[in-house]
Amino acid sequence: MAIEFEAPKPIVQQQYVIKTVAENMMRPVSRYYDEHEHEIPWDYIEFMHTAMKASGAGSLAPKEDKKKEADPNKPKRPPIGYQMLAHMLEMLAWGDVGMYLITPGGGLGAAAVEAAGTPEQKKKFLARFAGEKPTFAAMCMTEPQAGSDTSAIRARAVLDEETNEWVINGEKIFVTAGDKSLTEYEQTGRGFIVVWATIDPEAGKAGMRAFVVEAGTPGVKITKLEHKLGIRVSDTAAISLQDVRVPFENILGSPTVERSTKGFKGAMSTFNATRPLVAATGIGVARAALEFLKEKAAEQGVEIRYGLPRNQLTNLEREIIDMEIMLRSAWLMVIKAVWAADNRQPNALVASMSKVKAGDVVTKITQRVVELLGPLGYSREFLAEKWFRDAKITDIYEGTGQINRLVVARQILGYGRKELS
Amino acid sequence: MYSFLPTEEQQMLIDAVRRFAESDVRPVARDMEEAAEMSADLVEKGWELGVLQASIPEDFGGFGDYSAMTGVLAAEELGWGDLATAMAVMTPNLFVLPIYLGGTEEQKAKFIPEVIEAEWRPFTGALLEYRMNFNPFELQTTAVREGDAYVLNGEKAFVPYGKGAEALVVYAALDGETQAFIVPGDAEGLSVGEEREKLMGINALPMYRVRLENVRVPLENRIGGEEGFDFKTALAHSYVGLAALAVGVARASFEYATEYAKQREAFGVKIAQKQAIAFMLAEMNTEIEASRLLAWEAAWMLDAGKEEAFKQAYLAFTGAMDMVMMVTDRGVQILGGYGYIREYPAEMWMRNGRGFATFSGMAIV
Repeated sequence: MAIEFEAPKPIVQQQYVIKTVAENMMRPVSRYYDEHEHEIPWDYIEFMHTAMKASGAGSLAPKEDKKKEADPNKPKRPPIGYQMLAHMLEMLAWGDVGMYLITPGGGLGAAAVEAAGTPEQKKKFLARFAGEKPTFAAMCMTEPQAGSDTSAIRARAVLDEETNEWVINGEKIFVTAGDKSLTEYEQTGRGFIVVWATIDPEAGKAGMRAFVVEAGTPGVKITKLEHKLGIRVSDTAAISLQDVRVPFENILGSPTVERSTKGFKGAMSTFNATRPLVAATGIGVARAALEFLKEKAAEQGVEIRYGLPRNQLTNLEREIIDMEIMLRSAWLMVIKAVWAADNRQPNALVASMSKVKAGDVVTKITQRVVELLGPLGYSREFLAEKWFRDAKITDIYEGTGQINRLVVARQILGYGRKELS
Repeated sequence: MYSFLPTEEQQMLIDAVRRFAESDVRPVARDMEEAAEMSADLVEKGWELGVLQASIPEDFGGFGDYSAMTGVLAAEELGWGDLATAMAVMTPNLFVLPIYLGGTEEQKAKFIPEVIEAEWRPFTGALLEYRMNFNPFELQTTAVREGDAYVLNGEKAFVPYGKGAEALVVYAALDGETQAFIVPGDAEGLSVGEEREKLMGINALPMYRVRLENVRVPLENRIGGEEGFDFKTALAHSYVGLAALAVGVARASFEYATEYAKQREAFGVKIAQKQAIAFMLAEMNTEIEASRLLAWEAAWMLDAGKEEAFKQAYLAFTGAMDMVMMVTDRGVQILGGYGYIREYPAEMWMRNGRGFATFSGMAIV
């Protein structure tokens, strides 16, 4: 082993393809869907489904590496699934982060099954993403009174021992792709949502479990589609669950409550994989904005004099250089976090740090780009103002910047919830 | 491939340098700073760790392969120990590495082994000039070719061990291009200021103003010979070296503040239990890691000969000088009044941290 920063070849090749998609399928319609909230870009969705099926990647969630017959003559290649995904998501988000969020293939819902499901569950719930029609899945965590504080979740799952079914009741909000996962459009396959609920309200976090609820299950209803600051093409649903019955085996993780919070922590470890991926999407948006600024600056004849002492740079040069530093270092933290995830190394600290850093820098960069572009930045004729609105969500979803600071601080200090909340 | 694991050899070196920094450097760093005196024994001990020697192939007296990455990893640990000591131990780098990176085979064979194979001796380098708008690409020190010699004129600032130096690599503008020249310490026309430089930090490191008045050096003393050398390469290696030292200084300050915050009580709890403090620490650690990765990537690019290495090294350096200021400032802030008094180390790290924006060419890996 040695420290290296060369993107593996399969990733480079994939990037080339994804960039073409971003340029041709996303950018041309980016503005249209921003201004026509709740319209669905079926062309993109169907294209992505077909493309992913053809490439054998039914889902965006990384797969367990298939055990191939080990060839003793070939050096073993280390796994790169998460690294590949981070690059792919960054590039798609560079195209349009809202459209990336409604890429079929299961999103965070499938990721939860992938991370916490048994082999049987994975087989049962994930096969559909390679089916005939584009199919969606979503994660339902947030409730009106429970955002970052997930222990305040009130949704309740009770086991009906007679029928061996879980009965779920609760209200979920801010469900990304909730509409496409539950509404049975003629263009889509049958999706599902992963619902977080407690099986023992006394147990706090230890009682929290996730359940797979299939589209069409009686009692599940979309009550609202949100209107948002950005990522407007991505639907954000409020969902009510009333006496929703799902089979016993739809629970992800252990069905009994232990005294420890091991079960919860196990499920929360999904975040160690997904936080850097969310960071990657924010970085894609910020890169789009920064590249646009550099392009416009170049048109004005501005040349960035890398290497000049900073006290002799113009303000615009200084800003651009600062933004490049922020963006690159945030990206390297993402790479380190996903590299660790691929290699089964503990990555909770760097995963949360990458999210802290990305949340900060992508909002700063897109805000500055709008300022530095003057009227071109604020105008809706260009995409800079949209990227500014889109980027902001990076610091909010999948753990706000503040929650991630808590996570980072606790690890640095060796503190738990009790010592630092 | 991506990988974030040092090689076994690198890890052993990191461990050795860390032990030295912890057991030998830390206990004396503050006293040396106050006395404005660098311990020769300490510098020799640091030199004997062989960080530079391990970076030079056997042909030229060393015992390893050159790697900017290894240099970066070691520099972080040295910087963590004490910046002045780190720069003292690394002073011969300022002479050896520009020759190794840009010199002809004859120059390498002639000048490197005598430095590498011996105990630490004052071989140094001189780039910086004393003016507000200093720019390494537009030096006021000049080199003019006259017959079989280059004639150097100008004044250099902050030259580590400038007094008593056995030889220096002096940077000068030759037809407007920055080039480097090997100048013996006893060259005619070379004079060193009587007084040491008086700076805000790194006071233990002896630095001097060096004047060159019609200093003649033979043609073969121009690094790279007739062709000259690519100054940007040397500068890039300096950027990553400084960035790594800055990461080390920041880490020292961060770790101290973290321990302090876990001990210090206010309002019935440890102050680390307050989000105002805990979030500062979280951000400090995040920025340190961000800078470290930039420096690593730039060093990797330099070793791999990537085209964008210079730009990346510049970004790493520029980012690190902001990072170290932010972190060391907070390192003082978290200690409150204790951060401001010289009994505690935090203020020293803050003064040292501010220097990186100025230390052009004063460290190289």
